[in-house]
Amino acid sequence: MRTRAIQTGTMRTGTLHPGAWWVWALGLGTAASRTTNPLLLTLLVVVAGYVVATHRTDAPWSRSYTAFVKLALAVLLLRVAFAVVLGSPVPGSHTIVTLPELPLPHWAQGVRVGGRVTAEGLVFAVYDGLKLAALLVCVGAANALANPARLLKSLPAALYEVGVAVVVAMTFAPHLVADVQRLRAARRLRGRPDRGLRGLAQVVLPVLEGALERSVALAAAMDARGYGRSAEVAPAVRRTTAGLTLGGLLGVCAGTYGVLTAEGGGYGLPVLFAGLAVALAGLWLGGRRSPRTRYRPDAWGPRAWLVSASGVAVAALLVVAAEYEPSALHPGVVPLTAPTLPLWPMAAILLGLLPAFTVPAPLKGALTAPPPPTPEEQA
Amino acid sequence: MIRFEDVSVTYDGAAEPTVRGVDFEVPEGELVLLAGPSGVGKSTVLGAVSGLVPHFTGGTLRGRVTVAGRDTRTHKPRELADVVGTVGQDPLAHFVTDTVEDELAYGMESLGLAPDVMRRRVEETLDLLGLAALRDRPIATLSGGQQQRVAIGSVLTPHPRVLVLDEPTSALDPAAAEEVLAVLQRLVHDLGTTVLMAEHRLERVIQYADQVALLPSPGAPLVLGTPSEVMAVSPVYPPVVDLGRLAGWTPLPLTVRDARRRAGLLRERLERTTAPGAEDVRAGGTVPEPPVPTAPRKPSRGPRFLRGRTPSPVLNPSAPAHPAVVDALTVRRGRVEALRRVGLTVTPGETIALMGRNGAGKSTLLGALAGLVEPSAGTVRVGGAVPHRTSPRDLVRRVGLVPQEPRDLLYADTVAAECAAADLPHARLRSRGGTPITGAAPGTCRALVSGLLPGIDDDTHPRDLSEGQRLTLALAVILAARPPLLLLDEPTRGLDYAAKARLVGVLRSLAAEGHSIVLATHDVELAAELAHRVVLLADGEVIADGPAADVVVASPSYAPQVAKILAPQKWLTVTQVRKALA
Repeated sequence: MRTRAIQTGTMRTGTLHPGAWWVWALGLGTAASRTTNPLLLTLLVVVAGYVVATHRTDAPWSRSYTAFVKLALAVLLLRVAFAVVLGSPVPGSHTIVTLPELPLPHWAQGVRVGGRVTAEGLVFAVYDGLKLAALLVCVGAANALANPARLLKSLPAALYEVGVAVVVAMTFAPHLVADVQRLRAARRLRGRPDRGLRGLAQVVLPVLEGALERSVALAAAMDARGYGRSAEVAPAVRRTTAGLTLGGLLGVCAGTYGVLTAEGGGYGLPVLFAGLAVALAGLWLGGRRSPRTRYRPDAWGPRAWLVSASGVAVAALLVVAAEYEPSALHPGVVPLTAPTLPLWPMAAILLGLLPAFTVPAPLKGALTAPPPPTPEEQA
Repeated sequence: MIRFEDVSVTYDGAAEPTVRGVDFEVPEGELVLLAGPSGVGKSTVLGAVSGLVPHFTGGTLRGRVTVAGRDTRTHKPRELADVVGTVGQDPLAHFVTDTVEDELAYGMESLGLAPDVMRRRVEETLDLLGLAALRDRPIATLSGGQQQRVAIGSVLTPHPRVLVLDEPTSALDPAAAEEVLAVLQRLVHDLGTTVLMAEHRLERVIQYADQVALLPSPGAPLVLGTPSEVMAVSPVYPPVVDLGRLAGWTPLPLTVRDARRRAGLLRERLERTTAPGAEDVRAGGTVPEPPVPTAPRKPSRGPRFLRGRTPSPVLNPSAPAHPAVVDALTVRRGRVEALRRVGLTVTPGETIALMGRNGAGKSTLLGALAGLVEPSAGTVRVGGAVPHRTSPRDLVRRVGLVPQEPRDLLYADTVAAECAAADLPHARLRSRGGTPITGAAPGTCRALVSGLLPGIDDDTHPRDLSEGQRLTLALAVILAARPPLLLLDEPTRGLDYAAKARLVGVLRSLAAEGHSIVLATHDVELAAELAHRVVLLADGEVIADGPAADVVVASPSYAPQVAKILAPQKWLTVTQVRKALA
């Protein structure tokens, strides 16, 4: 069936399944969470960045990568700033500078503002911040490489409605931003300052009004295009669906109660799982009421296996390495030691470069798009 | 194919039905144009075909609408989705997905078509609409014409037998509009699709219509007939029909080609009259003598002049010789240059039309003049000031911009409150600054509104105004600060001929009072009526700048209908011809 679908061109084979990119990126992210070695973390960021540089398109979602990188930098700086101002839990002997300490009342004991800044504390903060930053860069890479909307299209049919809601919300965000810009420009044209809190507050209401109008228009368009058509199903099936879904949800509730309370320790988990299974069966049966078909779903081909495997491998190898070589993956802070580049974990991280060589780069010519027209020009 | 049987629609809370006694039938495979002035219920009639009226909008529909034998009373819009494709006024509000190919497939997915059928139809539609090169492009990055074609394509893929379009070309430049109309014609000819479409710009579409359904005025019965029959009685008509009526041609010509064939006599008659350039500056191309003195006024005259509550806009006395000077202006957006070394000098009392494709940089240039866009290189001076560095409060007295969506400018609940708000910043400036430089006395804006829009109640909500009234209110709000330079971005979008004529009158008298006007427009007829000078932009560069008659006549897509009919003589508008013959 699948082969035939690929042959008749009803599946998308030219591009990589977006899920593969996410597995790869999350693998790198997991790896990043296992180490504080700045050299390894930098290597991870470089690997993710290299693949993004070679494989991202010019689509709007790809541009979010820069935003993620900026966010990562901000997180790093913020982490260090906190360590400087609020002090660090790490004891240290190498004082770099002593800031004037803010005297605090006795009830704020344990909180310190200002005071000694130690080299150990700073290094610890940098390591910690770098870990978070690397995680963010990995998520950003996934966002840049895989169209998030396409990923949601791969959801099972019963969750289709959820997917649509998310996609609509995602296309709404840029519209909202454009609306705010347009209305702030209009304020300027009326001779009002366009900056400041008051300026923004007066723009909020018209923006929300516009968003509401747009969603009503979109709902009308979707209705007129057949959204929510339902197929004829036998009443028996309909009743079974309702029964299964309701019963399943009740089971989930009871199961959760069981798990959370002390008395129900024995029956909690089984009831929870049984409820989940029944609810899923209801959802699946409910999916039959919807006559929807799917246009060119992404095929999960050998390349997708390779890409996701490379991500999983990086994660698994670093988890193992963290067990065997904890000192290399977590360079000492007290006392301060220079981090070294452990050979095997480094090689493992380089595995993450596999997609750069196995996945064909997007055709820049075909996908190169001019930036979106400005709000004024769009109409 | 579409049958209306004595249909009237009353919206909730409305005293009167919006449309009454509509009774007509659209046969299969015809392109029917729904015409009429604003506010007669064209959109309501279109909505009734797809079932959105009344299922989605609410209200009561009396009578019966059937499409391909299905009664819209018993069929919801989604159950008509396989026979009716609807494209609304704003294509952006129509898109559910984010790339071209997915958007084309969306409707078919909802209908549950087999995957191989979907793939085949997507490919066919990509070819039919010339979208093949754009298939993977995110919709947000497309131009207006491309978006409109994607919107049409997205309702075509389920192979509807009826296509309903509301103003498909009003936001498009002339070339993009032809592109879309060519596609529609192909659908009617090759696939036998039935098309019902409403459009204000009749000059663009009338020649494609098999029949015209006219709603002459609110509540009046619908008239259905061949285009030339209907145009003979219609209150809305394109310039070619106007010229035909003037010259007494029967049957009325509907295309430039028909009119040209009959225009021999008229051309001879006109040959003998004064050449258009001699008495009418609009066609002659001479830049008018500035009606305001170019030397700075004596300062002593200013205050007396301004304290009086003259309702007519009075120019800022400190205005220098040129209200705006743009030199080698370059604006970059990311890696793209929106404007490249553009130069433009605006003299007092001059009306300039900025024309060019969607995305050619017209709005960016207006934005730079109004201080909304920061130049990357080059200089912009408006009334001697650098617009993007000048405080908004100061800038409104030098330049006023009415944006494409005039509603953005209005945020009060009533017309009166809007006017009070418009006068406020200037009044405050005066009380704080001591010496009054200029200022709107309280009531200035309201006086302007009364002058421009007689009969508007103080308590009216700006949202309840018609498209044209809202534009005029926005114009009055901007004029309250008496800027010597007035900028308008696409002012005629959604206006019918009557509203357009009123706008032309208003802008002409403003120009006569010494205001300089720069308007960005796709409407060649408007440019012909108003502009002394036309500046053509392409790809961010000025490619032509000269007297309206010269620039416009030389370009096939920007020439107004009268110019095409009477070429090589340089007549631009029916008004000129009428005056010459009188």
